[in-house]
Amino acid sequence: MISAAERVLMARAPERPVASDYIENILDGFIPLAGDRLHGEDKSILAGIGSLDGIPVTVIGQLKGRTIEENIERRFGMASPEGYRKAQRLMKQAEKFHRPVITFVDTPGAYPGIEAEAGGQGEAIARSIALMSRLKTPCISVFIGEGGSGGALALAAGDRIIMLENSIFSILSPEGFASILWKDSSRWEEAAETMKLTASDLKELGVCDVIVPEPAGGVTLETPKVFGKVREELIKALTELSGISPEKLVEKRYRRLRMIDRAAKRPSEEKKDM
Amino acid sequence: MNPFARKKQLLSALKDIKDDNNPVTCKGCGEKYGERELRENMYVCPVCGRHYRVSAPYRIKTTVDKGTFKEICRSITSGDPLDFPGYGEKLSEARKKTGLREAVICGTGRIDGIKAVLCFMDSRFFMGSMGSAVGEKITRCFEYAARKKLPAVVFATSGGARMQEGILSLMQMAKTSAAVSAHGEKGLLFISVMTDPTTGGVTASFASLGDIILAEPGALIGFAGPRVIEQTIGQELPEGFQRAEYLLEHGQIDAVVDRRELKKTLGDILRLHGKPERRKSS
Repeated sequence: MISAAERVLMARAPERPVASDYIENILDGFIPLAGDRLHGEDKSILAGIGSLDGIPVTVIGQLKGRTIEENIERRFGMASPEGYRKAQRLMKQAEKFHRPVITFVDTPGAYPGIEAEAGGQGEAIARSIALMSRLKTPCISVFIGEGGSGGALALAAGDRIIMLENSIFSILSPEGFASILWKDSSRWEEAAETMKLTASDLKELGVCDVIVPEPAGGVTLETPKVFGKVREELIKALTELSGISPEKLVEKRYRRLRMIDRAAKRPSEEKKDM
Repeated sequence: MNPFARKKQLLSALKDIKDDNNPVTCKGCGEKYGERELRENMYVCPVCGRHYRVSAPYRIKTTVDKGTFKEICRSITSGDPLDFPGYGEKLSEARKKTGLREAVICGTGRIDGIKAVLCFMDSRFFMGSMGSAVGEKITRCFEYAARKKLPAVVFATSGGARMQEGILSLMQMAKTSAAVSAHGEKGLLFISVMTDPTTGGVTASFASLGDIILAEPGALIGFAGPRVIEQTIGQELPEGFQRAEYLLEHGQIDAVVDRRELKKTLGDILRLHGKPERRKSS
């Protein structure tokens, strides 16, 4: 049995395939599209158009680096407002051309920096979430590694969440969680166990829809097999979603986001309240 | 003693405490004056204009037309999805201490005669953090406002998502954002008022989605906390960073509005979004 803390390390492993690997291996004829048309180009978001099993799709991936240089350029996969606004631009474009949107989530979180805040990081994330939640075309997210906080959710408020077995999705890094709640970031392993951040925990909570199994030891051992499985799940989800009218799709997505937590309780006798 | 008499007694005792005019020193400018003076000035320093944090009940009293506020969704409370050690106890402690049931009070009411759905967050309750209950209340309010074709006004103050509820707190960002969007698609107005502090998951969801975003002077507003940013970039932050005025200068909010003007400003904006009066054709 792999512990949650071990899965956190696996999700972050530097040799793990990054978004560009999935795009390259799953899509045909990928054409990258750059820029937010407002201010800049964020290298930590790789986006563009391509074809999946003959269907044109828009792809938006959070891109970590392999080398130090790549990671500096891509800020270790932490997007700036420009990145989220690029994502928004391409989501709207996808809607215009009735293309499904596929996102690859892999980020420690949104970039915390002076320019990012001055550029409206909060608004950029909020707008991405809001836009995706109402987009009149199918939106499917694949968690391939780390899914940290609002920075990850910005690209995951869609119709389906597919998670690799050893990917994670959490409110905050376990280190940050331990630091805030226990004033001790060294207790991160304990935090990881508490937080319910693994794919199987999230499936139980209704956040994750499908888990793609990884070979024992992680995805890196058999990448072609995992790419194939992800491709299969994407095609399956697209087939399911493509038969639904845009209005119905948005309505179903709303209900999904609405019902994802059953944790809010209210005493039934006070029903007349509202 | 019957509970009503007891309550009355408590209230009058409270009034006595309030009535004595303790000397206070402004944290902004160091000026000394009586507490009463500060209170009568809506907890804004009469000398330097520093805006002190105020509670949700105080906001209701000073924003909503007298006698028009009707609370809704009062009974919604959070679960404990992570079985987080001590969360339940901390919740009941917070309830006892503040008299609130959660970090937001929601209702309908009138501002300058115009009916709206109103949400007031309160930083005394778990630093105004958003868990399932806060997210559910905000969502229901926007759904109600959409059904009843009402504008919405939200006073935000929050440290972000509520850690103790883990991922389900994070998902409230998606839920509330979707509800705000659906309300907006009906052509209805949402005014977001950001007050000190508005950060994290609340900034990165409904609070930033207002058609019009107002902020109180000096309010700390941002996504990442200043300490996290300092640690990441390894340098000191500029003066006034993440304050309302800084956001205004960077094009992130519509206006910084003094608390003493806020009710009037809200009324003016609401009125401009009401049904236009029919002009007589000549």
